[in-house]
Amino acid sequence: MTDNIERHTIAVLVDNEPGILARVVGLFSGRGYNIDSLTVAEVDRANRLSRITIVTSGTPMVIEQIKAQLSRLVPVHRVHDLTDEGPFVEREMALIKVVGRGEARIESLRIADIFRASVIDTTTESFVFELTGSAEKLNAFIALMEPLGLVEVSRTGAVAIARGPAKF
Amino acid sequence: MSAEPICGADIVIRALVDQGVDVVFGYPGGAVLPIYDSLFKQNALRHILVRQEGGAVHAAEGYARSTGRVGVVLVTSGPGATNAVTGLTDALMDSVPIVCLTGQVPTHLIGNDAFQEADTTGITRPCTKHNYLVKDVADLARVLHEAFYVAKSGRPGPVVVDLPKDVLFAAGPYSGPEQAQHKSYRPQLHPDPARVAEAAALIVAARKPLFYGGGGLVNSGPEACARFTELVRTVDAPCTLTLMGLGAFPASDPHFLGMVGMHGLYESNMAMHGCDLLIAVGSRFDDRVTGRLNAFSPGSKKIHIDIDPSSINKNVRVDVPLLGDCAAVLGALLGECKTAPRPEGAARQAWWKEIDAWRARDCLRYDRARRDLIKPQYALERLYALTRDRDPFITTEVGQHQMWAAQFYKFDKPYHWMTSGGLGTMGYGLPAAMGVQVAHPGALVIDIAGEASILMNIQEMSTIAQYRLPVKAFILNNQYMGMVRQWQELLHGGRYSESYTAALPDFVKLAEAFGAKGMRVERPDELDDAIRAMIETPGAVVLDVAVDQTENCFPMIPSGAAHNEMLLGPADKAEQPVSEEGMVLV
Ligand SMILES: Cc1ncc(C[n+]2csc(CCOP(=O)(O)OP(=O)(O)O)c2C)c(N)n1
Ligand SMILES: [Mg+2]
Repeated sequence: MTDNIERHTIAVLVDNEPGILARVVGLFSGRGYNIDSLTVAEVDRANRLSRITIVTSGTPMVIEQIKAQLSRLVPVHRVHDLTDEGPFVEREMALIKVVGRGEARIESLRIADIFRASVIDTTTESFVFELTGSAEKLNAFIALMEPLGLVEVSRTGAVAIARGPAKF
Repeated sequence: MSAEPICGADIVIRALVDQGVDVVFGYPGGAVLPIYDSLFKQNALRHILVRQEGGAVHAAEGYARSTGRVGVVLVTSGPGATNAVTGLTDALMDSVPIVCLTGQVPTHLIGNDAFQEADTTGITRPCTKHNYLVKDVADLARVLHEAFYVAKSGRPGPVVVDLPKDVLFAAGPYSGPEQAQHKSYRPQLHPDPARVAEAAALIVAARKPLFYGGGGLVNSGPEACARFTELVRTVDAPCTLTLMGLGAFPASDPHFLGMVGMHGLYESNMAMHGCDLLIAVGSRFDDRVTGRLNAFSPGSKKIHIDIDPSSINKNVRVDVPLLGDCAAVLGALLGECKTAPRPEGAARQAWWKEIDAWRARDCLRYDRARRDLIKPQYALERLYALTRDRDPFITTEVGQHQMWAAQFYKFDKPYHWMTSGGLGTMGYGLPAAMGVQVAHPGALVIDIAGEASILMNIQEMSTIAQYRLPVKAFILNNQYMGMVRQWQELLHGGRYSESYTAALPDFVKLAEAFGAKGMRVERPDELDDAIRAMIETPGAVVLDVAVDQTENCFPMIPSGAAHNEMLLGPADKAEQPVSEEGMVLV
């Protein structure tokens, strides 16, 4: 066992009931675990199940504790460590507002094209780009926009799913 | 399904009765008046009116831990619920099955800062195993049954059901407890057989094994304790128990080394340090047990039996985790170990020799020769000698007296020892004793108390009087918060900041004011008669025992130290001063 800090993406299937998010977030704050990102939405209307995707980091022992503690919450159905369980895809979406005129404005549009970001709102002095991809791709894009008039970023946090036919 | 809809309050009563509840500990208020009205109209449920809601939860804990059943609490909204928080946290830390019903303002007022509104589910979320807010009377019966299922299955714990007042008035359908499982919560009860075989092989082959049982063993029940006892005897290994586990293995059996941990016995801690195989059963490697983690049981392989996956590998890496209910796992292990070939016993003999040498240190010795004042240890030795054949139930408060009680009172069966372990809640013992006495009306129930702790819930003397509960409070009165004084002596240069109680009540008069018998002893030669009088008095008694004010509790593993760095007595100075890391530990 190492003391290396590892980044893990964990998917948690929970009953969609009042307070469930507070339970999960309270667990992380109460026990001093990190949340790099957290997303949640209902994924099964008939059974009222929500899926929470948490990106967290810690030593292997802490990651194991996080999973065990999550599983212990009564409304939690399943906990999957996507990072441990084989190949998976992870995506995040960001809305990025860039304000500027002239060359900077044109340059931002050029870079957006390279990143396959789409323009979802525009004025003569601003763009809102929508970009989907890995966290790294989003970070890179945002860094490039910084000198070109970046004013605001809204990110969803990661959602993730295992590759292949297997069902969660 | 009941044909006729009934009101929410009646649903509550019916659900409790159908769950086999015979007694509820509670305190009324505006938000729960409908339930009190329904209580008034029936005879199946008994209500014990406490004097403060905190007392209700501890009483329910005492009831639960002395019977193995779920303890039930009923309190009103706002202050009723917040007063219950300490008890709920206590029950969470010690895994006690409790269902606590809290009143709430009507649903349309929730969030409005209404009179006596508190965000009860928000406040109790981190201090319960689970909680519910019932907003629709149609869900009420199911939620109540589910609450009992959650409280008692897997690792037990407290569950809060918050009940808005309009839901208690509304009419709704009743359904029985038949399908009262949670839709997804299913703790794993039976271990992986391959792991069992692996563990059994390690146990029979070990040269220096040690069993280390905890509260989970008691929670699993008498069956688990009996199997544990049989297993220890079958493989002829030494066994230690945590504070919470006392009684899970007979203290009178020579395989028992005594309690382990910060104030555990020398032989237990040394065996833990020196064993080559540690078999943890329903114990959780708590910091009070392990001492300094990087020096904890350095040469051993570790097997860990527990029903809670989050207890495994939390503090200490184990080699063979066995997830499941203690009774099931021990049953499987016992089967494997009985049929396994016995290795030659020479190594085991050597291990017992080593242990005998540690035992010979007589780590609990104290100055028995004192004739002028009562040593607290002497008081407990006499209490044990004079009450042991009455099969008493013992509760404690928190402090030195608690540790001495754990060291000197011997338990041969589970469910007879109730103490606040994980949270260390002063004020636990008296209400807990009350709850035990309600469950066992004819039994001898003694709260071994400190004079500071007992004052934290002394109002429950009034409940004890109302229900004529013959609870005995045995106060080891040293006029100090002794455990605080001991730490100040060890860590803060003997500056006894605020640990002396300058204006203690006259406990004899105090007892009398509450309709109990009060007695005080100051000399060792009066002690036996006083204890006998206490037992023989039919009603409640407070026996105020004036003990040596300066005595400290040994053995002790100072904070941040390892098991083989115990202090055995006042003459033992720690080899090194307590480390900086140790200083910050609680
Ligand atoms: C509610 C609460 N407050 C504070 C403490 C800290 N504390 C632990 S032991 C102790 C002193 C207990 O004194 P007493 O009941 O007289 O027992 P003694 O140690 O003297 O036997 C205190 C203050 C606690 N455990 N619980
Ligand atoms: Mg005291």
